[in-house]
Amino acid sequence: MSTASKMPVGREAVELKGWWKAYKYLILRRTSQAIFLLVFLIGPWFGLWLVKGTLAGSMTLGVLPLNDPFIALQSLVAGHIPETTALIGAVIVACAYALIGGRVYCSWVCPINPVTDAAHWLHTRLDLPKGWQPKRQTRIIAMFAVLAVSALSGTIAWELVNPITMVHRALVFGGGFAWAFVIGVFLFDLLLSRRGWCGHLCPVGAFYGQLGAKSVLRVTAVKRAACDDCMDCFAVCPEMQVITPALRGQDDDTPLILSPDCTNCGRCIDVCSVDVFEFTHRFDTRPAPGRVREKSKPAKRADKAA
Amino acid sequence: MSAKSTHPKGIDRRRFLTDTARGIAGCALAGAGLTWFASDARALPATAIRPPGALGEDDFLAACIRCGLCVRDCPYDTLVLAELGTDGAATGTPFFTARDVPCEMCDDIPCVAACPTGALDKNLTEIDNADMGVAVLIDEEHCLNALGLRCDVCYRVCPVIDKAITLEQSPNTRSGHHAIFMPTVHADHCTGCGKCEKSCVLEGESAIKVLPQRIARVEAAAHYRLGWEEHEGIVDELVDLPDRLPGPGTDNLAAPGGYTDGVPAFEPAFKLPSTGGAGQ
Repeated sequence: MSTASKMPVGREAVELKGWWKAYKYLILRRTSQAIFLLVFLIGPWFGLWLVKGTLAGSMTLGVLPLNDPFIALQSLVAGHIPETTALIGAVIVACAYALIGGRVYCSWVCPINPVTDAAHWLHTRLDLPKGWQPKRQTRIIAMFAVLAVSALSGTIAWELVNPITMVHRALVFGGGFAWAFVIGVFLFDLLLSRRGWCGHLCPVGAFYGQLGAKSVLRVTAVKRAACDDCMDCFAVCPEMQVITPALRGQDDDTPLILSPDCTNCGRCIDVCSVDVFEFTHRFDTRPAPGRVREKSKPAKRADKAA
Repeated sequence: MSAKSTHPKGIDRRRFLTDTARGIAGCALAGAGLTWFASDARALPATAIRPPGALGEDDFLAACIRCGLCVRDCPYDTLVLAELGTDGAATGTPFFTARDVPCEMCDDIPCVAACPTGALDKNLTEIDNADMGVAVLIDEEHCLNALGLRCDVCYRVCPVIDKAITLEQSPNTRSGHHAIFMPTVHADHCTGCGKCEKSCVLEGESAIKVLPQRIARVEAAAHYRLGWEEHEGIVDELVDLPDRLPGPGTDNLAAPGGYTDGVPAFEPAFKLPSTGGAGQ
């Protein structure tokens, strides 16, 4: 419920901006997720082999290798130096995400994202308690734990349980029990921990976050002065801690959301009825005056903002 | 942030340390579970044969990213990816079951060419050198050839016929006047393709089965020496015995080998004065 307007989350944006602008990035994101799945599926389904393989490693049109850099890194610490093909593929993927934001993988590509989003939708719908909320840094520790286990056991450890590649492989190659992992993640997010898997635990997301820590593509709260405190962005953001420094920053603070946790999902852009947010690059230096705070910091800030 | 400034620094630090410790403890526990699972995952079923050129199982699990590209490029749909729960715990890794679809041993080895990581070793360029497993005649009591019949199918279908499988003859003691042509596998030449297992005429399971190296092969006995393979070299090096020539009286120095032509008459190096001749 939006506190300012007393409307359900996102309703105000739909009324003011129209349906398309209020759902644009969500729809684009679901489309992107579907496309990334479909390019892998039209091979086995229709015999049209644009892309072979899975998200762990693939070959596009027989020339473009793409490999998961986190898996390649686990393979390295497990004591195997991958062949050139896999190394090139991993470097291409790593460079791409380092530019556009590591966690773009999480929100625009990963097949588990729709699962946890659905869990969160139902979680909100049923008004369940948020449950276990481990520290956000837990996933970083989990990432290092995965690398340690890989080194100790000499295996690509996370691939034994990784729900992402499990479900992707199950879709592309078939395989029944992998769905247990998907259901597990869904129930975990629904009942035990709000936004628990992607937001707190997944070491793959942690890796991609660090990979894109200095990425160019960023969301900015450039019109933060217009914010009317409806809190809708906080309600939809899967990593809401990233918004505060940018949105609540003072005049001298950058309006860019620079946290590596931000998934660049763009949902905050959708739901903001006053268009505070937009996509930009990290070198964007447009001035972004802070919000006018009527009670706490009266006259002085008001002058500056004006 | 406002929350930070209201707390004295000591509490922040203490909280940070507790939280980090808690996180590390949790991940260590989960990591231990994962390590256990990882070591368990090495136990593939014995009938699961890795593709040609696959590294040893330990190295393979460090190298295979389970992308399935080898499966895609296998023209005979021999290779499959292990499914969670049904094919052992090494989920997503490629293998084949010879009794279902054996390896057809393509000359260009497309599965190895497709592997992006080197889990299937590109040094394997000649498919006859593949070492996927070893065929073992596992049930002699039901093998038709071992019973004295002439089935010979495993021998006939072997791509490395007469090297990997030979038919070794022995007397058939049951009939007393026939031979048994025993299919005999020679591991050095067997590629583990599994065509013999696939084509065994018995219903159900095959009498000859391809097993992974780790099950079918053992270390040679280090404390025994195979004298019949070694003795020539060793003896030649250690002792240079005089060559003994054929013929009557090999000790006959007067006529070595019985030959007298061109051999100077034997003269003892010294003579005993009392006997005046032959030193008897």
